[in-house]
Amino acid sequence: MKRLLSGNEAIAYGAWESGVRVAAAYPGTPSTEILETLAPMPNVYAEWCPNEKVALDVAIGAAYAGSRAMAVMKHVGLNVAADAFFYASMTGMEAGLVIVSADDPQMHSSQNEQDNRRYAKFARVPCLEPTDSQEAKDLVGVALEISERFDTPVMLRPTTRICHSSTPVEIPAERHDIWQKPPEYRIDTTKYVMVPGNALKRHPVIEERIARLAEFAETFPYNVVEMGGTELGIVTNGVAYQYAKEVFPASRTSFLKLGMTYPLPRQLIADFAAQVDRLIVVEELDPFIEEEIRLMGIECEGKSIFPMVGELNPKIVRDCAIKAGLLPESARVETASPEKPPLPPRPPILCPGCPHRATFTVTKKLKLVVNGDIGCYTLAFLPPQGAVHTCGCMGASIGVAHGVAKAGIQQRHVAAIGDSTFFHTGMPALLNVAYNQSNTITLILDNRTTAMTGHQQHPGTGKTLQGKDTVAVEFEPLVRALGVPHVTTVDAYKIKDVEAALRAALDREEPSVIVVRRECALLPEVRRTYKPLKVDLSECNACWACLRTGCPALRKSNEVYEKTKREKVEIDPLLCTGCELCAQVCPTNAIQFRAQLYSSEEAQDKR
Amino acid sequence: MNKTDFLLAGVGGQGTLLASNILAEVGLRAGYDVKKSEVHGMAQRGGSVTSHVRWGNKVYSPLIGQGEVDYLLSFERLETMRYIEHLRPGGTVLINDHAMPPISVTAGKDIYPDDKSLQDVLAQVTPNVQFVPAMTIAEELGNARVANIVLLGVLSAHLDIPAEVWLSVIADMVPAKHVALNQTAFKKGRTLAK
Repeated sequence: MKRLLSGNEAIAYGAWESGVRVAAAYPGTPSTEILETLAPMPNVYAEWCPNEKVALDVAIGAAYAGSRAMAVMKHVGLNVAADAFFYASMTGMEAGLVIVSADDPQMHSSQNEQDNRRYAKFARVPCLEPTDSQEAKDLVGVALEISERFDTPVMLRPTTRICHSSTPVEIPAERHDIWQKPPEYRIDTTKYVMVPGNALKRHPVIEERIARLAEFAETFPYNVVEMGGTELGIVTNGVAYQYAKEVFPASRTSFLKLGMTYPLPRQLIADFAAQVDRLIVVEELDPFIEEEIRLMGIECEGKSIFPMVGELNPKIVRDCAIKAGLLPESARVETASPEKPPLPPRPPILCPGCPHRATFTVTKKLKLVVNGDIGCYTLAFLPPQGAVHTCGCMGASIGVAHGVAKAGIQQRHVAAIGDSTFFHTGMPALLNVAYNQSNTITLILDNRTTAMTGHQQHPGTGKTLQGKDTVAVEFEPLVRALGVPHVTTVDAYKIKDVEAALRAALDREEPSVIVVRRECALLPEVRRTYKPLKVDLSECNACWACLRTGCPALRKSNEVYEKTKREKVEIDPLLCTGCELCAQVCPTNAIQFRAQLYSSEEAQDKR
Repeated sequence: MNKTDFLLAGVGGQGTLLASNILAEVGLRAGYDVKKSEVHGMAQRGGSVTSHVRWGNKVYSPLIGQGEVDYLLSFERLETMRYIEHLRPGGTVLINDHAMPPISVTAGKDIYPDDKSLQDVLAQVTPNVQFVPAMTIAEELGNARVANIVLLGVLSAHLDIPAEVWLSVIADMVPAKHVALNQTAFKKGRTLAK
């Protein structure tokens, strides 16, 4: 039976079908749904780990123990896991290991668009790339077979467009029975203890392995030649293959689709090149295939025609091809270009009721520079908050703020980091603040979930990936154990408490941590407690203090305050959650609190 | 049929993705090759959401090329203008006649384009436009959230697929307790097509 599956769902089905027994990941767009789909399937163990490096170590351990294993991460997650990625390549494993690196061309939800095929080559690990969901499923099993045959980890590299597109997939009915094989731990210290003496012996092994893999690639069934006309020969991979097939007519074009983009099949490419007049590489991001082909001494064109930045689409491929003379002008698709008025944008913003809003209202009031981190709170860099001043990668906030302090800047800096991100890579940085004693103030914005990727559990929530009860690690004792005795916890909805805690920390010339806690307003259990507030227009003096919090539930009304001729403010009852931040900043008490609007029973619902 | 391409545009929370899931599944059950691609930025409420759905004998790209969309299904007036260039000149536009002003408008910084400017922009691209009071109809049926299904119903009248296929996909894809309401919304929409 065929079903429409996203690339991510398909990868989960592929892992189950091919007998993966252990899968580990840290959530990250565009990869998150892979483990969420796999976790409920029978006879497979899946877990969220605090970060990608831990996840990859876990998967490697399972593969050392003779179980097929999978680690899943977004492209930048492999930066965190890189140390493990390289040793896994050196040691090999006892059972198949596939590492899913979901790359994000166009940076739909990322800080860069690094091309992780570079990592595959860097670590001498083969790289497979699917062109649709069917291949995304199938290549998991193929990757595991290659892994076992060549004693190597294998990278599976979908991109956002593959992960989040749905195409028909033949749903697996049966499962490879390898999952039933009892795990077995074979001790082999020369292979698995990477001290210099052993590692020196392993290095030639992996160089020889990649040479054998290049031989294997010559007849690898997912490297496919599709001969058509011979004016153009297009070498392509991943979703770019689909764009190329759509744009270039078969009557003039032949295609070489590469399912394995590292290592490349030299003879296959040379033979293909010899049959066509002009050899063109169509690939997203880096000229990876192009450079590899050039290193073989074969002439080709690629990034001189197609962009290196951002993702491709049919229009870009077609327009670039016409410009380069690969297609006639008549191939251009007629598009309308109507004259339009300026359209107001819909930028991502902090949601109504977001517990981060009060914190940044306070840091802005106190004119604090905020070294931010990766999470929803990054959005507070936008107006009207404009209150986050750096964002680089997971866990960067605390180290950066400490470095600023050690550089001798007098103005106090604040590190703002989410709960899941603190567990991910914030902990060692806070340990460093304590060890080397800077006056860094760390705000742990604890919204009790991994919000931005869609509410995943983490070590502080008390639930596993499967929703089972587990230990809930508490921040306060953890922070004290890391060497910071000054830790206070405040309710993120109580703006005066947040401000008082920050002022107390500012008075101190020592490290301190403030846990600013309140559940994400989009969690289902919180949604049930929404109680919209109202503005008493007779009391509103149109000072717009509430609007400066940037809450989307607040809007200018049609009523004007006579003295200033400015519009009074009203609240959209469909958007308001009743967090009461606006009511707390209103100087005229025009915005009514829950307790004023609802019976005490109803109002209490929220707490 | 060689191919039919649909672009669905709306605001986060309007059910754009459910509508595109139903549309893709209907195509699959009607025997077409189908691809669907969602474009959503960082997790958020109230952001711009689009979904590409393609039916054909053989579909390659999951994204529709600019100027190749046959049907633009817009769940919000402003979003229609944002994505109008994607429509094939002369293609069909079905619009939920409903405005959701973005925050820059409610805060008084930007202006929401008026009715005339929307009409002007549409007239430059295609004469085949239908405004559907989907939100009002949905509210009359008892739940504003089925406006997306009303609009799908209107679309269905343009396509040569029996209503039973649509109704069975709806039955399979919405929670059991909402099936009847959604099917009613679909049927109502189907009668409104011009």
